[in-house]
Amino acid sequence: MEVPPPEPSLYTVKAIAIMDNDGNRMIAKYYDDTFPTTKEQKAFEKNLFNKTHRANAEIIMLEGLTCVYRSNVDLFFYVIGSANENELILVSVLNAFYDAISQILRKNVEKRALLENLDATFLAMDEICDGGIILEADPMSVVQRVAIRMDDVPLGEQTVAQVIQSAKEQIKWSLLK
Amino acid sequence: MLKRDKKEEEEAGGNPFFNLEKTSVLQEARTFNDTPINPRKCCHILTKILYLLNQGEHIGTTEATETFFAMTKLFQSKDTTLRRMCYMVIKEMATISDDVIIVTSSLTKDMTGKEDQFRGPAIRALTKITDTTMLQSIERYMKQAIVDKNASVSSAALTSSLHLMKTSHDVIKRWVNEAQEAVSSSDIMVQYHALGLLYHIRKNDKLAVTKLVSKFTRHSLKSPYAYCLLIRIACKLLEEDDAGSDSPMFDFIESCLRHKSEMVIYEAAHAIVNMKHTGTKELAPAVSVLQLFLGSPKPTLRFAAVRTLNKVAMKHPSAVTACNLDLENLITDVNRSIATLAITTLLKTGSESSVDRLMKQISSFMSEISDEFKIVVVEAIKSLCMKFPRKHGVMMTFLSSMLREEGGFDYKKAIVDTIISIVEENPEAKEAGLAHLCEFIEDCEHTVLATRILHLLGREGPRTLNPAKYIRFIYNRVILENAAVRAAAVTALAKFGAHCQNLLPSIIVLLERSELDMDDEVRDRATLYLNILKEHQMALNSAFILNGLQVSIVGLERALHSYYQEPSETSFDMKSVPLATQPLTEQKASAPGEISGAKSSEKVAASRQDVYAEQLSSIPEFASIGPLFKSSSLPVELTEAETEYAVQCIKHTFANHIVLQFDCTNTLNDQFLEDVTVQVETNDGFEVLKYIPTPKLAYNVTSTTYTLLQLPEEPSQVTGTFTCTMKFVVKDCDPNTGEPDDEGYEDEYVLEDLEIAVGDHVQKVMKPNFGASWDEIGPENELEDTYALSNMKSLDEAIKNIKDYLGMQPCERSDKVPEGKSSHTLYLAGVYRGGHDILARAKLAMGDGVTMQITVRSTDPHASEVIASAVG
Repeated sequence: MEVPPPEPSLYTVKAIAIMDNDGNRMIAKYYDDTFPTTKEQKAFEKNLFNKTHRANAEIIMLEGLTCVYRSNVDLFFYVIGSANENELILVSVLNAFYDAISQILRKNVEKRALLENLDATFLAMDEICDGGIILEADPMSVVQRVAIRMDDVPLGEQTVAQVIQSAKEQIKWSLLK
Repeated sequence: MLKRDKKEEEEAGGNPFFNLEKTSVLQEARTFNDTPINPRKCCHILTKILYLLNQGEHIGTTEATETFFAMTKLFQSKDTTLRRMCYMVIKEMATISDDVIIVTSSLTKDMTGKEDQFRGPAIRALTKITDTTMLQSIERYMKQAIVDKNASVSSAALTSSLHLMKTSHDVIKRWVNEAQEAVSSSDIMVQYHALGLLYHIRKNDKLAVTKLVSKFTRHSLKSPYAYCLLIRIACKLLEEDDAGSDSPMFDFIESCLRHKSEMVIYEAAHAIVNMKHTGTKELAPAVSVLQLFLGSPKPTLRFAAVRTLNKVAMKHPSAVTACNLDLENLITDVNRSIATLAITTLLKTGSESSVDRLMKQISSFMSEISDEFKIVVVEAIKSLCMKFPRKHGVMMTFLSSMLREEGGFDYKKAIVDTIISIVEENPEAKEAGLAHLCEFIEDCEHTVLATRILHLLGREGPRTLNPAKYIRFIYNRVILENAAVRAAAVTALAKFGAHCQNLLPSIIVLLERSELDMDDEVRDRATLYLNILKEHQMALNSAFILNGLQVSIVGLERALHSYYQEPSETSFDMKSVPLATQPLTEQKASAPGEISGAKSSEKVAASRQDVYAEQLSSIPEFASIGPLFKSSSLPVELTEAETEYAVQCIKHTFANHIVLQFDCTNTLNDQFLEDVTVQVETNDGFEVLKYIPTPKLAYNVTSTTYTLLQLPEEPSQVTGTFTCTMKFVVKDCDPNTGEPDDEGYEDEYVLEDLEIAVGDHVQKVMKPNFGASWDEIGPENELEDTYALSNMKSLDEAIKNIKDYLGMQPCERSDKVPEGKSSHTLYLAGVYRGGHDILARAKLAMGDGVTMQITVRSTDPHASEVIASAVG
């Protein structure tokens, strides 16, 4: 556990990932070569998911890395940094990421909505972290910079099928929880 | 936006991206060529491509290049999202596709265009595909972008500059003024990025960094991130200067403990804890803010605080005791990592009475935490056992139950290490510890661990009350395991046979079965041991089974190799092989059982002495003096710190000679030294045979000169004190160019006196079984003497001085005096110059001073004499 003091570097984030409730990678971006191959990445993700999906404990040390996480319904958000990184900085990134996605998905943070807005999710991730450097940690600014057209279809103009569909979803998830 | 496709997706199941075919997606990319461009459709295809790349799908260069070219068409569309997705794909494909630079002009146009939404991302995409030469052409735009009033543009330019630092440091260096201006930006992220860039540009110029820090510690920054960065820079400076708490940098860090952002407070507290020179006084404010964090509702804050406190507790347990109450509350925390850290911290700071309770608490969730933390727990237990030896019962039970659970190699190794160290430190725990280890090897998948344990059993087992009970465990290994473990088990069995007469007949029966083993090593060992054991001679048992070889493995290899190269009539002389230098941690003492297990994983590293032996043998003048016997472990400083020249001396002892190796450093940049020697004025029968000068000694370079001494004829005359003078030719030189003048003049420099002591003639060796060796040598050359060491205040002090002075190795942990005893026996072993074994038994009694009765046995009468008369 003996770790040298952190180098004065801006390269804070080693990886950002979203996984679904089966531990499958939704999106994941690694910013350095801690895990050079996809195989190693997936093995790490599997291990990480196994350790985190039961207890909602927000932080864990794994394979010499600090991982902070948050989950909602069927999605798990992870931000990973080195063992000697300031844990609170990592959490600030995680929260920015989660809140930005939550706004983009209009508080509907679940797998289906995420997949429907995958392009915006990619863009949000890109705006939060650039090559490991924290670019922006304020969710409002992130959403503003992503600037996705939210084609705001008011409830009245949605088709009946769509309304029923979203109602169904909500009931389903409230039951599953 | 993807609603159009939604219906089909629903039919295909929940995930529209599931089971995407790479080829069909790339096929779809042809749509990019359609006019007019359908932004929504194209955007969806780009998302699919990104998704595929993100899942780790491999796209070949040709495919990527094709798609990339098709995508360039999309720059015709003005759609924001589509353009942004294009940037993303460009970044992803920058490394796999050819000719990515063709989009440079489009991106340059975007980065300087009117559309703010495009500018930042365009800059970031552009830096991905640019190189040093191209960077020159966009330098002007980058400089403008850094100071742009739009935060996203400025941040993008600054972070991109940081990325480019790795390849184009020289270009980025020129942007320092722009970065300077950006630090005063009102946007917090811009401030952070600009500070980062500024630091990295000036990183190698310490003075500039110091200025930078002191400037920004006064101007208060707005960004907490920037503060964290500044704290780290300040820390680094403190560490480089080796400065303490009186430095202004430290004041700054301490002031950050009162910052309003938790992130900054924690960074500062963490920094103070990690500093080398912090005492309890400096720690106090940091510990008290961390204590506040312990009660936070945020798990991460609690985790960070308890992890840092755990670190404090390792060095300054007393500083953390104030937090004990808060830590108690955390031992039931839902986050198991927090609970574990809290408990291990408490174990370090708590009293003996709380140990049982804490151990019980922790065993309730051991299975839920990761291996990393289990190792933390094991380490905490290890230090606890040292602290409270009486609690070994609880800990042993706990450790053995942990051994039975699932876990990786590192985890198991940590536990085994801990048990072994407890067994070695605490005689009361020995039997229980060995029993647990026996149980563990019954089902151990790690060869390295099994061989280590077998080696330990072989060493400790025979001396327990009931050695017979271990035989079954060891013999089971002979039947069930792989060759390396079988070999180790055979060795362990032989040790029981050699030590316990009553077990000998049974051991012989067991070893005879191994004579038919499939593996050569196992069979050879069994045969060797059987033949020795059947001789029934204690001396043979001691030399070949109980104590093993003492030579350096690398040295033996070299000696055998050269013997093989030049065959001679005489047989190989074991005494010509350099001895193994005794490592500081005696765990590594080369034992037959261990080597076979470790051979595959790690090559035996050449020791320091082997390196010297190599260096010395390459000097032709020293060819005739035989093999190196011993090199002194620590160099002796012959000059004071910060004088004109620095000289260190290392003494190399040979059979009849001593080579003094002087490492000289010239610290004057306006002098160039030539022909440097160190003159030694000898007396007492020592004679200087040769000086080997170092021809050139430039500024700040360390060079070596040697002086060869002949030892006195009289064998009992071994010590002496000599005056040393360094002689050389000085040539003045230009400090800047280092060019020396042609003319030089002779000069000399007086060094401190050099002493040759008894310890220089003795090499430490470890005798795991001192009694056996003692009997092996016999009383032939025994000498006994009694001394009063009146200036020693305690037994520990006396032991330390005796062993340092004689240069011998304490055996069987006899250098540790049990607490509260007034008398003690110290066993020392060594090899005297010329390869004579030498053993000493010193009986010490504490009275007014310390009284010592020393008995020395050796294979050489002179060696006994030297050692016995050395003290006094």
